[in-house]
Parts: sequence; C-alpha cells; structure tokens
Amino acid sequence: MNDTSQSFVKFEKIDKSYDGEVLVVKNLNLDIAKGEFVTMLGPSGSGKTTTLMMLAGFETPTNGEIFLDTKPISKIPPYEREIGMVFQNYALFPHMTVAENLSFPLEVRKISKPDIKEKVQKALDMVELGNFGTRFPAQLSGGQQQRVALARALVFEPRLVLMDEPLGALDKNLREQMQYEIKHIHDRIGITVVYVTHDQSEALTMSNRIAVFNDGVVQQLSTPDILYEKPENSFVAKFIGENNTLNGVVKEINGSSCEVELDGGFGTVKALKINVNEVGEKTQLSIRPERVSIDSSTSGSNNFSGKIEELIYLGDHIRARLDVCGNNEFIVKVPNEGSFSHKEGDQLNLSWDSEDVRALDI
Amino acid sequence: MEVTISTAELLTTDGIPLKQSLRKAERRNKLRAFLLVFPLLLFIIVTFVMPIGDMLLRSVDDSQINSVFPNTFDEYKNWDKGADELPPEEVYKSLFFELANGDKRQIGKALTRMNYAKSGWKSLIKKTTREIKKIIKKGEEPVSYKDTFIKINKLWGDPTYWYSFNQMVNDRSSIYYWNALDRTFDEDGEVVLQDEKRRMYVKTWLRTFKVSIYVTIFCLILGFPVAHLLANLPLRYSNLLMIFVLLPFWTSLLVRTTAWIVMLQQNGVINGILVWLGVISDDGRIQMVYNEAGTLIAMTQILLPFMILPLYSVMRVIPKSHMRAAQNLGAKPAMAFWRVYLPQTIPGISAGGLLVFVLAIGYFITPELVGGKDGKLIGSWIAYHLKTTLNWGLCAALGGILLGIMLIFYWLYNKIVGIDNIKLG
Repeated sequence: MNDTSQSFVKFEKIDKSYDGEVLVVKNLNLDIAKGEFVTMLGPSGSGKTTTLMMLAGFETPTNGEIFLDTKPISKIPPYEREIGMVFQNYALFPHMTVAENLSFPLEVRKISKPDIKEKVQKALDMVELGNFGTRFPAQLSGGQQQRVALARALVFEPRLVLMDEPLGALDKNLREQMQYEIKHIHDRIGITVVYVTHDQSEALTMSNRIAVFNDGVVQQLSTPDILYEKPENSFVAKFIGENNTLNGVVKEINGSSCEVELDGGFGTVKALKINVNEVGEKTQLSIRPERVSIDSSTSGSNNFSGKIEELIYLGDHIRARLDVCGNNEFIVKVPNEGSFSHKEGDQLNLSWDSEDVRALDI
Repeated sequence: MEVTISTAELLTTDGIPLKQSLRKAERRNKLRAFLLVFPLLLFIIVTFVMPIGDMLLRSVDDSQINSVFPNTFDEYKNWDKGADELPPEEVYKSLFFELANGDKRQIGKALTRMNYAKSGWKSLIKKTTREIKKIIKKGEEPVSYKDTFIKINKLWGDPTYWYSFNQMVNDRSSIYYWNALDRTFDEDGEVVLQDEKRRMYVKTWLRTFKVSIYVTIFCLILGFPVAHLLANLPLRYSNLLMIFVLLPFWTSLLVRTTAWIVMLQQNGVINGILVWLGVISDDGRIQMVYNEAGTLIAMTQILLPFMILPLYSVMRVIPKSHMRAAQNLGAKPAMAFWRVYLPQTIPGISAGGLLVFVLAIGYFITPELVGGKDGKLIGSWIAYHLKTTLNWGLCAALGGILLGIMLIFYWLYNKIVGIDNIKLG
C-alpha cells in the first residue's frame, strides 16, 4: 500500500488531543529514513514536542499508528522502545556521578561490569569528557551537562535518538558550537535523529530534512535549501529566514507564473504561481531580501522604487528598511562593498527577478 | 617607566592601609546587622539558652543540702569508716545544732533530698528535731550527743543511714541521672539497680523509643504517597489536598486527641461500625485506646504533617522529566522510582523523619490522654515529677537525657545525611 518498508520511522494518520476538544496534532503523516537527521521546527504550541513525546512513548496517539522499523509501537512501553532521548533540561540524575548516569541504561539492561565501564568511557570520550566521569552534574557547566545528556542518550546504542530543544538553555556561542558537534556525531555514527527546535537557524544548520509545524499540521517537509528558497506557503516563508511580503490580487495566470496586481495601485508584479489557483484570488508575494537588487535599471522584470526609512550598519552588510509599495517593513540587504552612499530618506530603484517572487496564500 | 610591585601592605589611593579602610567601611554595616539580630539574640538567650542551662545545672545540683548542714558534712568527711562503726561525736554535735537552729523550710527541702538517698530519713529527722527542741528548751547540754541521738531513736546507731550521707556531701551529684535510669547508689557509693518495684524509667524510655520509631515509620509510609500526590497533582487539586493536610494542623491538639478517644474507645465510632458490620461481636470490642496502640494511632495522625511538608518541598522540585528519562533509558517504572526518584527524596525523608522522631520522643499531651497506663511516654514522668513530687532534679535529669538523645540523633543525621541537606519547606 505504501513505502513502510523503506521508512524507518513512520507516522501514519496521527491525531492527538489532550482534552477531546482541541487537536494538537492533526493527521500527521511523516516518514523518516534510517540515518536521517530530521528536525521538527515550529513555534511553541505547534505540536512538535507532542509528536516527539508520542514517538518516545510518553504520550499515546489519539488516532493512527507509529511504526518503528515497520513494527507498530503504540503498545510498547517507553522502557522497551530502545529510543534514546535528550531532554530539554537534560534530566541528568543529580545524585549520580556522570559515569553513573551513563551506566544507568546499561545496568538496567544487565550488561556486565567490564563492558559497562568500557562503553561509558567510549561514550565520554566521544563527547570529549573523558576525565569527567567522577563529577556530579551540578559540578559541570551547561555545555558539559548537555554533552553528558547526549552521551547518555547514545551509550546504550538506541535505534533512534530524540532531542527535545536540547540547546535551548545554552548561550549563543555555545549553542552554535554544540550544533556542529551534534551534527558531527550524527555524521560519524550514522544514527537516526529526530530533533525538535523552534530555532530556524539551528534547524537549517543540522538537518537533512526539516518538518515545519504549525497549528498541529506539517506545513512543509523538505531539505533546508528547498525550504528556504522554495517555501510552499506563507507561514513557511515567514518562519524560515527573513522575508518581504507584498499583498495583491491575481490578475492573470500563465502556466507556472502569474501576474499580481498590488493592493493600493502600486502596479503589477510578475511572480511564480505557487499557492494560488485562479484569477481574482488574493495572494501574498514573498521575496527574500538578498534577491532584491538596488539601483539596477536594466536587469529583472519587476522594477519599483522605495524610500529608505532606516539604515543599520552590520559590518559585512548594510540592512536597509524601505517603504516599498505601501509596505514600510521591506528589508534589503546591501553588501558592504564601500560604494553604498545613500542616506535615510533617499529613493532607491529596486528590481527583482520574477523567478524569485512566489505568490503564496494569504 | 619603572613599575614597582610592592609586597608590603596594600594601600588605598589616600595612603591608608587597605584592610583598615575596608574595616572602617564595613563597620557600619556590621553594627547595623548586629543591632537587627540583637533582639532575637536576646530572646534566644533569655528563653532558650538560660532555661536549658538552668535545667542542666539543676540536674546535677546538690548544693541545697550542703548549705543546710555545712558543719555536719564537714565533720562527716573526717569519719574513718574502716576504724569506727559510727561517725565521731562531732558529727552528732554539729547535726544537733544545725537541726536545732536551722531554717525549718530549708530543712524540709533538704529532708526531701535525703529521702531520695534513703527512705526513712524524713520521719527520723522530724522526730529527732522535736526531741532536740525539747532538750534545748530544758536548757540541758547533753554529755554525749551521740548517745542522745541514739536514745531518741535507735536508727541513729544504724550506720547505713550515715552511709547514705556519702552521696550528698558533694555540691554536684549524678544521682538524678542514675535515678532516671532506674539506678541508685548503695552504701559504698556504687551504682546499683533500684528495687524492682521502683524500676519504671528504663521501661518507659524503651517504650518512648519504640513508639517514636514506629510513629516515624508509619508517618513515612502514610506521608510519602500523599506528598507525592501533592507534588504532582494539578495545582487546583493539590491545593485542596494541601488544605486537607493542614486543616488538622490548625485544629487544637487537645481537640484532635479527644476526637481520637471518641473514635477509638470501646463504645466508640470504629468499634460501633465493626460491630454493626458484624466483623466483631458485641463482646469482642477491640481495645484501641488507653494503651500503646492508641498512642501510636493518635501520634501518627498528629505528627503526619511534619513528615508530609518536608517531603513535599523536596518532591516539588524533582523534575518530572527524571522519571521519564529513567524509563526512556530502559528502566521499568518501579526501577526508575527506586534508583532515580527515591534517592532524590532522601533529604525530605530524613528531615521529616528527624522532625517526627524528635517531636515524638518528647511528646506529652497525646500519650497522657490516650496512652492509659501502658502508653505513657517519658514526658509523662517529667510532668509528674514537675507537678506532683516536685523532684525537679529528676525532672531536669530526664530532660537532660532527652536533650542528649536529640543531640546524638542530630549528630548522626549530620554525619550521615549532612545538616545542610535538610529541607523543611
């Protein structure tokens, strides 16, 4: 009937409700291949953590079934699922040393003492905490605790690792460093990872594929580049990266492109037809800031002008906030090549390629 | 430019030694802090340190009798017990005048003390004093004071009475402590067991320990699940439950204790229900109060909040993710509880246990009311001697032992768990 045989984790028609009135997850269908790093990205309350908890076994799906390695797992209790998990606040056991924390999953599996010692040391070495076995979690920094939690989730060689916003409590530099570290560990041992975050840059950095959640529904499931460059609806366009929007009405449809008349009579824009179906429909156009060229009178099919409202100097580029076609939150990123000499209040000529404008839902 | 790094004292910019300057800056703050705690300090000294110090002094104090019979005791010390059967003439003489001229009230107090050492002293001296007063009225001076005494009462020729002086000649005495442990001194000053019919304290001590330990265990067994529920229920349910825990706490101790009497007595509620259900026959009503069982039941209920509250405060801060993490790592719920949850509640268990035990060991009202004859604890004896026999030395010794036991437990607790681990809410 479908490709259950190829997917390692499969969510099939999953609904979840806590109170019988509101669905927090609606008709979730998701396939994850073995060895893949899949991130569930979305704002808080979008159902991503609930989905993760259902996979871990701490929540029961209201409808549907989850398959792990082709076997349904709804009836399997969490302690028999062989799924590792890194919790939001690490959930390290404070009364045990680092080594005891790591031994715990091995001890309950009745593995022999020498084997436990070896595996624990290997796991600690993997996260570069080889000498920290005798410390207690409270004696470690946030980043070190994070690594211990990661090592503990991996030490018993689970089939799958889940991570629930594991870097949320770290400061920015450490967070970025840990992102690379987790990515490298994933590359090295090839384990399947399901990662939950609300931080889009984290998702873009680490994942093979990203499932963007909103309102209990997966909005788009794709690789990071496609998600960024070809968002399929306005939520994804707004949630991933920076995005300029212009509202209008579809005037004409020509195959894969369309003409949109902007609200307020500012003219028409040629755009890719993505999420609109018929003439007369309202639409929101999405253009990435870096795809807008300034002062170029020749190139592109869409030429407009905008007034500079604000300039922010950011070193490698200058961020200009413009008033374009009635939208005064229109952002343009100007590379700092030393030739930009405009001031706030100046008019700029803008243009963009019609391939870079996407007509989405509103 | 030459940089000089001085190893000498650091100076401020103005050339004042840094430490002196710092002291000056801090002095004001220190003074203010001291003034703030001074009333409390004073309060503690007056209401806590001084009474306890006084109690401890009283428990070893034996000076009153020495101030009543100073000369007699001085002369008594010269008595060579190996050579003479009875004390020398001077002892009798001193006693003669000290009895004749002493303050009646002081002598009365001293007699009580003498009776603790050997019963019979009180009546002997009272009779003798009357005779001595007659002799003095007549104005005769006895030739031999010793013979006069023995003539008044032949017990004055019994050396065992005189031997009992031995334990009274010092200003300090451990007699009360030994009495509190069913022991006393014999004629040679050796510690011996009391007469069989006077041994009641060791038995009561043991019962006090037994009851306290049982109450602590029962409180733990009953309180642990309640505290767990309190810590894990949604707020509106846990608030309601908390009221149920605290409501009895706010009710008068006397009311709760008498309520237990109503519940447990032979014609009480529980027996009534059991008879009505046919579980027991009307003749077979169970004796649940005025014995040790009654003490146990009532004390467990009354001390339960002292176990629940510290447990709750510890459990509240244990993240729920810990149990999940343990299960995720492969531990069955029971194992996760045993290895992950329970060890984290130890500060609460030990704080609650210590609190309940210490309160139970000195408990008075409840065992007094529901304990009957077999359920009385050591507190009842303290109250008895304090109010009825006025043997304050023994009271103080019983209290001192109680204090010592608590300190030992405190020390043990600190050794095993660490006092900084204690969490009371």
